[in-house]
Amino acid sequence: MTFRLTVSPDFTPDHLPGWYIFNTWLQKQLGEGIHLEMYNSFQAQHEAIVKDQIDLIYANPFDAAMLVRERGFLPLVKAHGLSDEAIIAVNAESPAKDVADLAPGTRVAATEDPDVRLMGMIMLEPADLTSSNIDLHLCDTYVLVAKKLLRGEADAGIFLAEAFDDLSGMIKKQLKVLVHSQIGVIQHVLMVGPRLTDRRDELRDLLLAMPSDEKGQDVLNNLGFDALINVEDEEMEFMIDLMDTLNT
Amino acid sequence: MINDMKPEDIIGDYKEVMLDLYGGIKRLCLYSEVETPYPDGKLIVSTTDTNGIITHVNQSFVEMSGYTEAELINAPHSILRHPDIPAAAFKDLWDTVLRGEKWQGFVKNLRKDGGYYWVKATVIPNIRKGQIVGYTSVRRKPSRSKVEECIKLYPTLM
Ligand SMILES: Cc1cc2nc3c(=O)[nH]c(=O)nc-3n(C[C@H](O)[C@H](O)[C@H](O)COP(=O)(O)O)c2cc1C
Repeated sequence: MTFRLTVSPDFTPDHLPGWYIFNTWLQKQLGEGIHLEMYNSFQAQHEAIVKDQIDLIYANPFDAAMLVRERGFLPLVKAHGLSDEAIIAVNAESPAKDVADLAPGTRVAATEDPDVRLMGMIMLEPADLTSSNIDLHLCDTYVLVAKKLLRGEADAGIFLAEAFDDLSGMIKKQLKVLVHSQIGVIQHVLMVGPRLTDRRDELRDLLLAMPSDEKGQDVLNNLGFDALINVEDEEMEFMIDLMDTLNT
Repeated sequence: MINDMKPEDIIGDYKEVMLDLYGGIKRLCLYSEVETPYPDGKLIVSTTDTNGIITHVNQSFVEMSGYTEAELINAPHSILRHPDIPAAAFKDLWDTVLRGEKWQGFVKNLRKDGGYYWVKATVIPNIRKGQIVGYTSVRRKPSRSKVEECIKLYPTLM
């Protein structure tokens, strides 16, 4: 049978070829057919998960609870040294110096990325801002979030820190960071679904060994990772509990 | 273990009170009016066993509490108990998590140096294979307006 791999739709576009290279590498290593399916929205991905069409997923932490507790997924590995962090930024000309200077009715630009949006909303709470008293502008990409701030179409933006860092110097100069999260334990995880759980140890061994040969290292480079590290079940459960506390 | 607070650890002027903690424990608390602001962008995280004994703390917890990690691990979570928070708040916390539910509230915590810091705390039971194996609390920065409301409300619940 052919298995199906998918990647959380918030992947960095630059790494799209990297996921295809990874899939080719993985098929060869595992001796199984694997089809890489990239969904262009979280909703489309959820529908595939609910229909049990997914066997391997590089999952957004926001979806981890559903994957583990409802769909029988188990964690494999995460990227070494990368955690998902969020930034709240405003136009450099904005009078706001602190999140507390923002008021209800603030126009907030964000993307669909669920974990980043959650972290961003937590950082807006000190100003008594909630999803019910902000004017949320959803954008397809972080560049579009930045553009809304530059054009004065939004008052504050929620960014994935990595995506903010990748904005051009020209754009960044016209923005001002109010707060940068330092959470450290919220991160995407590669997970395995029920049809492949019997090969979990084998998969994990293959993934952890990647940096030790040239080909594996090359595949990692194309994904922007230096190594993959093990995620124990309890670490996954802890991340799920943590997301759960933030989701209220 | 939980010890009395020591005058040499305290920064600035302080008041004294004997706190009655759960299980008949008495603790001499020394507390000042020095507030430490909540660190922007951080979460303060701890986990306890089913009895409320601390089993894990993150770096922000260590920094904000003023204790070392070694002093915190195996201590009852009431090591942070501030005399200004009504016992009813903690009773509600425990009643809620024992039912297997999530608790959320605003808490003033006591530092080792006698100062304090306000947090918005969410406590959830850690459920593994259907059993509660411990509890995790994640704190975030509270809004000033919510803190002001609590400063007015809590004395009326004492
Ligand atoms: C996960 C968890 C986190 C807690 N965090 C705090 C805290 O930050 N500050 C605090 O005073 N009590 C906290 N408590 C409540 C204490 O266990 C305790 O009930 C409280 O300090 C009052 O002390 P007493 O129950 O001994 O009277 C926490 C409890 C749990 C289960």
